[in-house]
Amino acid sequence: MLKQFTQLLSIQFKEFFREPGALFWSFIFPILMSFALGMAFSDKPEMSQHAAVVIPASDSSFLKTYLNNNCTKSSSQKNEYEKNVDYKKLGKTTTHFIPASWKESEIMMKRGQIEIILTENKGKINYHFDPANFTSRLAYIIVSGMIDGKNLLSTKSVIKPLQTKGTRYIDFLVPGLLAMGIMSSCLWGISYGLIEKRSKKLLRRLVATPMKKSLFMITMFISRFVFAVLETIALLTFAYYVFDVTIQGSIIAFAAVIISGSFFFMGLSILLASRTANTQVGNGFISAITMPMMLLSGIFFSYSNFPDVMIPIIKYLPLTLFADSLRSIINEGFGVMDIIQPLLILSITGLTTFFIGLKIYKWY
Amino acid sequence: MTDANTQPIVKAVNIKKTFKDVIALAGVDLEIMPSEYTALLGPNGAGKTTLVEIIEGIQKPDSGEITLFGKHWSGNKDELYKQIGLSFQETKFEDKLTAAETLKMFASFYGLDNTRVEEILNIVNLQEKRKSYVVNLSGGQRQKLALGIALLNNPKLLILDEPTTGLDPTARREIWSILHELKKTHGTSMILTTHYMEEAENLCEKIVIIDKGKVLAKGTLEQLIAESKTSEIVQFKVLDKSKFPDFSKFSDLREIQWEDSTNIVTMNVDNTSSFLPKMVSYLNNAGCKISELRCRYVTLDDLFIRMTGRKLTD
Repeated sequence: MLKQFTQLLSIQFKEFFREPGALFWSFIFPILMSFALGMAFSDKPEMSQHAAVVIPASDSSFLKTYLNNNCTKSSSQKNEYEKNVDYKKLGKTTTHFIPASWKESEIMMKRGQIEIILTENKGKINYHFDPANFTSRLAYIIVSGMIDGKNLLSTKSVIKPLQTKGTRYIDFLVPGLLAMGIMSSCLWGISYGLIEKRSKKLLRRLVATPMKKSLFMITMFISRFVFAVLETIALLTFAYYVFDVTIQGSIIAFAAVIISGSFFFMGLSILLASRTANTQVGNGFISAITMPMMLLSGIFFSYSNFPDVMIPIIKYLPLTLFADSLRSIINEGFGVMDIIQPLLILSITGLTTFFIGLKIYKWY
Repeated sequence: MTDANTQPIVKAVNIKKTFKDVIALAGVDLEIMPSEYTALLGPNGAGKTTLVEIIEGIQKPDSGEITLFGKHWSGNKDELYKQIGLSFQETKFEDKLTAAETLKMFASFYGLDNTRVEEILNIVNLQEKRKSYVVNLSGGQRQKLALGIALLNNPKLLILDEPTTGLDPTARREIWSILHELKKTHGTSMILTTHYMEEAENLCEKIVIIDKGKVLAKGTLEQLIAESKTSEIVQFKVLDKSKFPDFSKFSDLREIQWEDSTNIVTMNVDNTSSFLPKMVSYLNNAGCKISELRCRYVTLDDLFIRMTGRKLTD
């Protein structure tokens, strides 16, 4: 029995560590993501925006005069004008003005190359943009302010940039990446792995021996949990040394959430893999579960921007529960009792899906 | 002879199995005796794999009874799996495990140590490939690995489902030689499904011809030939079909078959040496010219075509 256990466990580790792709996606990719996004949003905020300018033919054009007198010719792009404004603590903004015809401007807008189009009619500047687009709306506020000669910074208000731990974007991002990494690792590692073994007819070969099926599942779970822990340690270590991200709350609560989150996704993996016959269908199933959660559960950006009717549903998605719990421990200093509800939900549903999955599991 | 040697190792009685509208097995009876190598012959879709999987305990029959070593599968799985060795069609082992690691993993299920793994590597001649990943093994080497896994527990019964399909003749013969040796040294019983007549003739003393879920014939090759009441074949090509005379008055000619596309005539006769001179003179008298005249003993292939109306590879 012990021999079987150690052999199965060592096989699981060997399979994982001999697959460079698995190592990359589990360890390197989350670190690269956190580095790229962390750097992009942690650096001094320098904003760049693009506006197409449709200049009328007449010599008395206000826009033409504005570009010639207030902007500099771009050194890199012919015909383009640039204007830099330093809003001090609000950061620098470079606006690129691109003279173009209306048709060219429309094409650039469709391609997402510009945020706003400026035209002139009877001495008035017209701003063309989609108000539902936040970047276009911001471009309108900044460009119209520049052209009207207004100062965006009010003399009555003072901007105080937050630099404390837990309030930066990287603090928001790291717990999300941890949760997402564990979800992907479990679903792809366990579900896909089992489905692949079934489609290769290896599962039926394994069970046509005196092998203990329970040992096979247990060793798979242990190995996946060890990988989840290693992934967590790797990403947290990186985030600590590069961005000074630390766990402000209880380490026990953090460990409990990692265990319950991993357990939930392991249970789900077994259920997903229980009847799926081939890897193509498995691929579809796993993507159908992971993709919506990655988009909705506030991994990269807060889910508070979604419509109000969706928020209560999003809040109870497993990945949201997992990521929000990690966030509240890492950034807000929560302890076990503060996150007991998501902890119980994840553990109980994980256990339920695991037993249902095992009950209906098709070994052949 | 002891009682154990007279009792069948496998006993299948009136096995029926249906998949949706397809009848895979329509009441099959089969007995495998100790130290007996049995070939299940049949074309694709004949029901061979279904029958083998029912014997292996992987599928349950809709009706009928199956026992191995006198025991049913229900409640005896672990015990029976300890006594049999299996090789499925197209099992793919883990790509990034070595041949030795794969064997060690399976050995651990039987509580066997590395000594047995080394023995198996020797038996299936994979010592040099022990550290090669499965993904880097050739088709023949992978089949030898599958056979090695099947042999790990020193099984009393070996069940191999098309173990040499897709292999080149050299690799096939290498597997045959391992199986011959096994029979000689261990007295193992074997059930083998195959497409290859040559494989069945070479390895197995008992042959079961199966088609459309039914056993059409079973016995030794000699018994099957005797039952068919045909042992010799005369075959030739007719150059002008219109001049081919009526052979109905030849009492020692049992059957005559025409292959329209090639004008090849196959005659089943009782005794070639007495029939041939009469046949040649009869054709000469009719002015019917022939070419490519061949005489041979009947083969399993001939029997199969006669029984099923199709070739084994169809």
